[in-house]
Amino acid sequence: MSIDLSQFIPTFLEECFEGIELMEASLLNLEQGDEETINSIFRAAHSIKGGAGTFGFNHVTEFTHLVETLLDEMRDGRRNIAHKDIEILLDSVDCMRLLIEAIRDDCSYDDSKVIVTSQLLTATLNNNSIDENIVEDTTKDNENTSNAIADDNLTHWSISFIPEHHLVQTGNDPLLLLNALAELGKVSVTANCNSIPSLVDLDATELYISWQITLITAAKKEDIAEIFEWVEDDCQLVISNEESIDKKPAEINLDIANEADELITEKPTIEAKTKVKPNVTNDSSLQKPKAESGSIRVGVDKVDSLINLVGELVITQSMLSELGNDFELSKVARLNSGLEQLLQNTKELQESVMRIRMLPISFAFNRFPRLIHDLSKKMGKEIELLISGEQTELDKSVMEQISDPLVHLVRNAVDHGIEATDVRITNGKPEKGTVSLDAYHQGGSIVIEIKDDGGGIDSNVILAKAIENGLVDESTSLSESQVYDLLFEPGFSTAKTLSDISGRGVGMDVVKRNIQSLGGRIQIESTLGVGSTFKVFLPLTLAILDGQLVKVGREVYIIPLITIVESLQTQEALINRTSGDMVLYRLREDNVPVIPIYKLFNIPAQNKAIKNSLLVVVEADGQKVGLMVDDLLAQQQVVVKSLNENYQQVEGVSGATILGDGSVAMILDVPSMINMALKLAKKQQQNNIVAEEVIH
Amino acid sequence: MAQEKEYLTFILNGEEFGVDILSVQELRVWSAVTELPNKPAYIKGVINLRGVIIPIIDLRQRFGLAPLDYNAQTVTIILRSVDSKNPMVVGIVVDAVSEVYKFELNSIRKPPAFGQQIDSCFLEGLASVEDKLIILLNSLSLLDQNELYQVSRPPEERLANENTLTV
Repeated sequence: MSIDLSQFIPTFLEECFEGIELMEASLLNLEQGDEETINSIFRAAHSIKGGAGTFGFNHVTEFTHLVETLLDEMRDGRRNIAHKDIEILLDSVDCMRLLIEAIRDDCSYDDSKVIVTSQLLTATLNNNSIDENIVEDTTKDNENTSNAIADDNLTHWSISFIPEHHLVQTGNDPLLLLNALAELGKVSVTANCNSIPSLVDLDATELYISWQITLITAAKKEDIAEIFEWVEDDCQLVISNEESIDKKPAEINLDIANEADELITEKPTIEAKTKVKPNVTNDSSLQKPKAESGSIRVGVDKVDSLINLVGELVITQSMLSELGNDFELSKVARLNSGLEQLLQNTKELQESVMRIRMLPISFAFNRFPRLIHDLSKKMGKEIELLISGEQTELDKSVMEQISDPLVHLVRNAVDHGIEATDVRITNGKPEKGTVSLDAYHQGGSIVIEIKDDGGGIDSNVILAKAIENGLVDESTSLSESQVYDLLFEPGFSTAKTLSDISGRGVGMDVVKRNIQSLGGRIQIESTLGVGSTFKVFLPLTLAILDGQLVKVGREVYIIPLITIVESLQTQEALINRTSGDMVLYRLREDNVPVIPIYKLFNIPAQNKAIKNSLLVVVEADGQKVGLMVDDLLAQQQVVVKSLNENYQQVEGVSGATILGDGSVAMILDVPSMINMALKLAKKQQQNNIVAEEVIH
Repeated sequence: MAQEKEYLTFILNGEEFGVDILSVQELRVWSAVTELPNKPAYIKGVINLRGVIIPIIDLRQRFGLAPLDYNAQTVTIILRSVDSKNPMVVGIVVDAVSEVYKFELNSIRKPPAFGQQIDSCFLEGLASVEDKLIILLNSLSLLDQNELYQVSRPPEERLANENTLTV
């Protein structure tokens, strides 16, 4: 009987990621003597190791074992929890994530970091006193090191492995053990089949083979014993050294120190290699986008409330159908109340279903403690991160798309916002900078605030830079918020020096674009010397929007309410024409171009005259236009459906929805309509020129 | 035993066509559609099929035949791609549905390389029942966006033809 283990792998991976996240979060909070935290980290590491072993991911098992051993020493109080160790553990967590991600995406990974970190771990475990600089040099390259080890102290081990008959029943596979041994060095294996009984007596679930193994490796006896750790109790295991080179621990330390020396002499090659590295990492990051997982975890309470609602819906439905069986006019009142109940039910059901897609924003915030930890180390700034409102819920798809822009904003806050420690002290500020993240509901949207108590944004510097770059004219006077908006111009950066954290001037424009594509906006508030606040406003969900229904010809279109400035009836006196066929409508101080929808979409319309027609003034990307429609209908919430699913993107339309009568209505995409109108106008101008030439 | 394949046949301009029955999801009578802006005439628009929005194609016009007024016999065949990775649903409007036939695979002849009005990418083969000839269509390419929508005339062209602004 065999169970297909691969069906459990996705669950295992999910558990691994949870474990890794838990380890990371706990490590950041870990303090001396905090037994509960270290225990939970240990447990997480242990279950990852166990799981990986079961599924045969030996490289994960091996690596995690090192982590586990270190944690075990900390747990038992054999080792003090030093700052340095926590750094190593954090690096190890990164490596574990790398390994697990590689398994999930079934792709290769950059194993140099893993090897380096495992060496660091081994060194730490051996209480190796190598100076940290040297260790860092060691980190530059791995192959040299492993070669060095290989050349230096090879040992011939002879291993006799006689498993109990029931070994395979406990879920262990001797083959995996042998493979793990093979990774340590050169292995030759002899199987002893003498104890296999005759076919009649043979029990297929028992193991009758034993092995004699010769291993040539640099690994120590403990490393070999580790591989057999899981089967220790179910076998007779003898590991003996064929050559009697029994090195004492002190000598081993010495050897490692020697290797480090050797490595220093090899530095030039190492540097050459590291220069090549970035390409490698880029490649692996290109493979990444596979990451998005298609499932969400839903709380039982949410599912329960759904079941309750569906129950009520069924009751209402049966009531209505009973009413319909022998309907008389006298029962109209009951019918109406039944329909009202149905309306209520469906609305609640809709809200509940939407709530399933909502996740607390802590999913996005959780990565920031680590980010701040790393950044503050890199920048030499002490920074405290305050997070509040992490229970605020956000649509899953919005969350996925907002994470990266948020990371960018937080990096900026640390890099540009918070001043260097000495500057802070001179300015009489607390030495430790504060970055706070907050999320809350406001009106129909969610606001995410990224606030720092740094130097604030100097609008004069921005303005000067913008003038230098030719983004604005020297003579124009701009309001404060207009100046801040310049930060979002492509290629704009005020950082005096470039760092690898931020300052290249790519990014803020991307941040803004990402937020806008989610239907949100970003706002900056800043006081010089006190700090800045970036506020990101996001819609609650992308799946539903408030729309204004309009009619053009036979079709109903939906204009997103958020884009509408006002609706009005045109007056003849205010209509202006430009030399082309463009019509402008005077709206107080503005002249808004009029776009007749029927013309843009090439459909019939009742009303083709601009005079006395209905104009819906909409705004997109700071540009106002008037959309000419036949009629204004109701305002209502609509569920956004994609046209791409079975068709393709249609210009001028962002999606479709289904109206109350079951018919389909298009949702207008205002920015794309403006583009279409511009193209059309250009085309017409060309046509006019051609026509004139023909006349002349 | 020879392998067989079942085909649903329909009438288009007096000729009988067949599609693989496994790719037919359902048949519907013609119902009003929502027009899409700036699309070639053979794309009639989209309909709501139980919450899913699917495009409706007039196969006559797609094959370059003269359009016919829709009547009670006009049927929309909803095709669904068998490929589960990239599911796609599309409705095709035909004059009328006819029969379901079973053909042995080795009795299906290759389509002639010339003399066809219809884009050859849609043709799978020819089969004969009694003295009728049935043109078998390739449902894979009918459900392929690139091939189905390839002959579209650029919308600008159509716009340019009829642009007179009335005020």
